[in-house]
Amino acid sequence: MAGKKESTFTNMVLVLFVITLIASAALGAVYEITKEPIAKAKLAKKLNAIKEVVPEFNNNPSDEMYKVGLNEKDTLEFYPAKKDGILVGTAVKTLTTKGFGGNVWIMVGFEPDGTIHNYSVLEHTETPGLGTKMVSWFKPTEPSREKSSVINKNPGSINFTVSKDGGDIDAITAATISSRAFLDAIKTGYDEYMKKNNNKEEISNE
Amino acid sequence: MSNIQNFTKGLIKENPIFVLLLGMCPTLGVTSSAINGLGMGLATSFVLIMSNMVISMVSSQIPEKVKIPSFIVIIAAFVTIISFLMEAYTPALHAQLGVFIPLIVVNCIVLGRAEAFASKNKILPSILDGAGMGLGFSMALTLLGSVRELLGSGKVFGISIFSDNYGMLIFVLAPGAFIALGYLIAIINRIKKA
Repeated sequence: MAGKKESTFTNMVLVLFVITLIASAALGAVYEITKEPIAKAKLAKKLNAIKEVVPEFNNNPSDEMYKVGLNEKDTLEFYPAKKDGILVGTAVKTLTTKGFGGNVWIMVGFEPDGTIHNYSVLEHTETPGLGTKMVSWFKPTEPSREKSSVINKNPGSINFTVSKDGGDIDAITAATISSRAFLDAIKTGYDEYMKKNNNKEEISNE
Repeated sequence: MSNIQNFTKGLIKENPIFVLLLGMCPTLGVTSSAINGLGMGLATSFVLIMSNMVISMVSSQIPEKVKIPSFIVIIAAFVTIISFLMEAYTPALHAQLGVFIPLIVVNCIVLGRAEAFASKNKILPSILDGAGMGLGFSMALTLLGSVRELLGSGKVFGISIFSDNYGMLIFVLAPGAFIALGYLIAIINRIKKA
């Protein structure tokens, strides 16, 4: 092509420098513009997940969030939901490493006594059509599938494992590993929640 | 070649998926549903149009030896921009497509059109070429996504056609992508010959 630049050292350095400079300037600008909407979208997603799993509340659970370290790598997040200053439930962002395809993150809502109010699966990499059914499997609407429900059950008072392991919850058909992982995540959240809550009561009693 | 031809050739005659067989990785990876296919197609179209436009403007100023690195920087910049925008305004779709958005950088359709077309042509034909190729790519992905979603879970764009109890799970999984794509290419070839 006419007017094509020669591949001399100066030309190459100059052209690459200018291109990367313009590209990074453009990226910086777009990053600044989208920073706020991205943060907002993330917050809205979190708030929606909390709303879904706990009874009606009117505080801002994100402000009162506290974290509990599970091990050196993973932390659970607790979002206390309060109505007129009274604790109505706590949304716990919990996880399990025992999933079929990796970690599973679940937002689960506990009522003050530890009863499960509702749950929502945040992130998972389970097999589509099998393990992915956990999104709705454990909160069935048909009364006939009551045994696979975890809603309104208290992990402390029943045998909170799949029926194959002698527990009280029916696993997802053909996805026992995902089901075990799901229950494991909720149990982890429950144990940490109860630990935290009992400690708090002791402190307030003193 | 006229401008109209520059645009329409990407739709059927040189369709990047069904005829050129380029960019198979996102094609097979994300088309488990129609909406995923469409989202991926549109994101790629944006990158194609913008990178074709910019590359056709600056290519005469780029020395031969640093052509490919320069193109990749330009393409990567646009991919990062669309990734930011999607994360901000369509967070659900962004989460669905996940790692495939940054991977548009290495999609051979984009670099292929930059190298084969945009670097040798003027701005307008390059934009039209990018738009045509992008549209062809989007159509192919949406079609493939619809077929897989319908056969796999009985839905198209999330609307139930028949109960998902009769869905063939394999079509939502990876092997189904190969099977569906193979049959679609066969059908397109048959139509073109007829």
